[in-house]
Amino acid sequence: MEIPYTISTRPDTGLWNAKVGIWLFLASEVMLFGGLFSAYIFLRLDALPGEWPHGLLNVPVGAMNTAILIISSVTVVLAWAALKMRRYRAYWWYMLVTILCGIIFLVVKLTYEWPQKFEHYGAKLKPEALAKYEKYLGNERRTEKGLEPRVEITGHLENHEALADPNIKEFEIGLDPVYVEPNNPANDRPHFFYVPPTDHVAKIDKEDVERNTSFGPWHNQYFATYFTITGLHGLHVLGGVLVFTYMWLPVSKKVYQRNPEHLANRVEVSGLFWHFVDLIWIFVFPLFYLL
Amino acid sequence: MNNPPDISQDPAEHEEYAHGVHQHVMRYVMVGVTLLVFTALTVALSYVNFGTAKANIVVAMLVATFKAGLVAAIFMHLAAEKRLIYRVLIFTAFFVLGLFFLTYLAWYNPIVR
Amino acid sequence: MDASTSAAAHHESHEHHGEHEHHELGWWRKYVFSTDHKVIGIWYGVCGLLFLFFGFSLMMMMRFQLAYPGHAMPVIGGVLSKIFGPGTMDGGKMAPEFYNSLGAMHGTIMIFLGVVPVAFAAFGNFVVPLQIGAPDMTFPKVNAASFWAFFVGAAVMVASFFVPGGAAKSGWTSYTPLADIADKGPHYHLIWNGQTMWILGFIFLITSSLLGAVNFITTIIQLRAKGLTWMRLPFFVWTQFVTAFLLLLAFPPLEAALVMQFMDRVAGTSFFLPTGLVVNGAAVHISGGGSPLLWQHLFWFLGHPEVYVLILPAFGIVAEIIANNSRKPLWGYKSLVFSVLVIGFLSFIVWAHHMWLTGMGSTVSAFFQTTTLLISIPSVIVLSAFFISLWGGSIRFTVPMLWATAFLPMFGIGGLTGIPLAFNSADLYLHDTYYVIAHFHYIVAPGTIFGLFAGVYYWYPKATGRMMNEFWSKVHFWPSLICMNVIFLPMFLQGMLGMHRRWYDGGQGWTIGNEHVWGLSGFQWNTPISWAAWTMGLAQIPFIINFFWSIKHGKKVDDNPWEATTLEWTAPNRPPHGNFVITPVAYRGPYEYSLPGREKDFTMQNEPVEETERTRRRPEPETVLA
Repeated sequence: MEIPYTISTRPDTGLWNAKVGIWLFLASEVMLFGGLFSAYIFLRLDALPGEWPHGLLNVPVGAMNTAILIISSVTVVLAWAALKMRRYRAYWWYMLVTILCGIIFLVVKLTYEWPQKFEHYGAKLKPEALAKYEKYLGNERRTEKGLEPRVEITGHLENHEALADPNIKEFEIGLDPVYVEPNNPANDRPHFFYVPPTDHVAKIDKEDVERNTSFGPWHNQYFATYFTITGLHGLHVLGGVLVFTYMWLPVSKKVYQRNPEHLANRVEVSGLFWHFVDLIWIFVFPLFYLL
Repeated sequence: MNNPPDISQDPAEHEEYAHGVHQHVMRYVMVGVTLLVFTALTVALSYVNFGTAKANIVVAMLVATFKAGLVAAIFMHLAAEKRLIYRVLIFTAFFVLGLFFLTYLAWYNPIVR
Repeated sequence: MDASTSAAAHHESHEHHGEHEHHELGWWRKYVFSTDHKVIGIWYGVCGLLFLFFGFSLMMMMRFQLAYPGHAMPVIGGVLSKIFGPGTMDGGKMAPEFYNSLGAMHGTIMIFLGVVPVAFAAFGNFVVPLQIGAPDMTFPKVNAASFWAFFVGAAVMVASFFVPGGAAKSGWTSYTPLADIADKGPHYHLIWNGQTMWILGFIFLITSSLLGAVNFITTIIQLRAKGLTWMRLPFFVWTQFVTAFLLLLAFPPLEAALVMQFMDRVAGTSFFLPTGLVVNGAAVHISGGGSPLLWQHLFWFLGHPEVYVLILPAFGIVAEIIANNSRKPLWGYKSLVFSVLVIGFLSFIVWAHHMWLTGMGSTVSAFFQTTTLLISIPSVIVLSAFFISLWGGSIRFTVPMLWATAFLPMFGIGGLTGIPLAFNSADLYLHDTYYVIAHFHYIVAPGTIFGLFAGVYYWYPKATGRMMNEFWSKVHFWPSLICMNVIFLPMFLQGMLGMHRRWYDGGQGWTIGNEHVWGLSGFQWNTPISWAAWTMGLAQIPFIINFFWSIKHGKKVDDNPWEATTLEWTAPNRPPHGNFVITPVAYRGPYEYSLPGREKDFTMQNEPVEETERTRRRPEPETVLA
């Protein structure tokens, strides 16, 4: 028994099966990320002034990852075109580049971007204590200029033991540059290059702090959505890399030798998925890194 | 090894098709370059003050939508796809916009806030 | 995904031998890890029916607590206490937490492990490819993966009863913040607790549904037989097509919500936890800023289309059976098709009518109230078309027809009682009372499940080559019909008296008003309801025995025992791998019953149009593809 239209197209729809299938699957993926993005909109609209942070992610690294995904999108479509022109060797190389791009993307995310966040701490101040730390926050000037107030002080936590030990009354935070010069207009907008925390240590009474946690998903709604959406996106990248690896291995060469069109179809279908993953990232990048 | 034997069912038809693909390759690369340029543009625009934060979001989303449109139209061949797929996607777009809009409406219009 | 499928297709095409397939595949590959749509369909069906009974058993336990609150359950109480472990049924008395678990899991199991697998996956898998003249699904291996994802999800759900603290207990809707903080007592384990396992199991079930939906839609689009145009599709195929779209597009937002709830429980986020949340008198150490309403939006974005996922396949089954047994064409085929399409479309934009009590403003309420009332129009069209189809037919009351005719008034009651709930003002009073329970159970229990039984009795001969015993089928039918009404009709009254649907003591402690209806107060009505429920449980025994007994001992029948017209009846009984001996071609519509001038009162879809006919009918292109 053979299923019709696995490789050839059905005349009235002009499509082969897997192409219909993948587009339906992508439609469901649109709804999946649509659900997450609608949550993003909902939570961001709900956020109180100053509670949706800006400029905490590393923009050049994010931009580089965006570029890597775009390049891999080009190479995968070139791989498909190479197969259509029956150039297996070229296909092999393009596919290899695509796979490597995917892996680099994941490695950057998992070994650099995420861990860096876990080392950063942010102490959210109680509303009544904000005035006390005016010299770090610069809220008077910000209110004058119509900017959102600063409600937390971030940087490297110098005394981790303070988190657990009730006898220590103060957090010592190696300040992020913003809090060293809160009234410098240059700090009103996020910096392009990542600037590490300074040696300037601020002492903050535990009494005045509502919560002091690292920049994990538990820190605030911004990081919650950031880790959830990029995590789910990362899983999609991983899935794509696995599928591409399968198509790049010698196993698929046999498929090619039997019917090159068959492998081309597979690459087209998985390529569509890969482009979709790229497309999601095109929205994720500005939403989390820039805005 | 560069050109393995062609065992497609209809060589003549395939020949014509492959030729068309070859013409497309240049276009794919150009689109890729455009996307990279627009990525740089998104980053640059986010440091320009358009007055309010909302305006910046709108600008960035317009650029992102344009980029996404390029990916969908050229890389995903949506510029010339079969009617069936358009139909599926129009339905999906309708529902996903419904999800966005109606959750927004519900947020915007509570009895008390 | 297509990689494995086509590899298999290639493998098989090399050694082509149609019917002698079973000589080559081992027993495990043929009956368990099969990629044949019929085997998968039957697996889904059997598992789904088992889960229906399991979910029903949970409810029978709850009914004891409701009728006799605080009493020890006689006879089986001790056994249940042993099975479910300490803290559940100690001394045969049901613990409140366990009651909540049963309620939440009854809903989840009935809907996602029972009705959806049977209505969509089982009938869709078994019947749809046969009805459209296809050799199999487009992606047989994806189909198998879909079943095994369902299997894993189901296993996780069932296993969650046995972890410390028991199964999920925040209702089948898992409203936050309750569900976010559930089970977080002593001995809390990050993963092995009821609510987290509920989430994980659910993610597997969603995966299963998505794979199934992709497969169904592709199959219906791509593998229709030659000449089977869209308007020649049996109505059942249409309903499955729309259902698949609902699952495809409505499930993912819930999956997103489940991922977020998972993060809330495991990674410490507070997507659904508001600022300043206090639990057990202490402020919870969370970032806050989340929105419980967000969960409700995303949940009901699935939740409402899900209702139509439950009812549409039943529409399809009932339509097939009514046309077949009234021996006349289905009335208003086109309006039925368009109604179903409109239902599918509108079902996506009515969801917030489940949320009237959450404090939505009048603009939003007006919008959702309007769409909700609009969707009742196509539903009424469908029901009316079914009733008109009966008019003037020579009705045969076969067993499937009994169930199908019973479906009509039952669904009618369920549908019409939903209209008060669609109105914001009326719902403010009726929300979360037994009225709501009665309303949706009339749709899902005597509605959908009667449709499913009708389908089981109708297609049983195709799957086994034998008929189920008619006498015992009727012994199954009549008590089920009577008990269903005894169970759910009084619930409307209870609800209107104001009985809340989640009371652990069945309303015993609720004394306000306590008006009497026919001599019984709201609480006292629980006793006859419970007895009816247990009787209905007994009434399922003839079905179970009949189902298995008839596989070997039922009356043997030929390929088309019901004298039906659609393509599945042209395949041999117990169709072989690949289904058809001769690839079918469709020449006519699906319900050509009692065509004038023909010998038989039914004309199958694959019978060519004769010259004599041609003069009487509007000329039609003979075999256009698509």
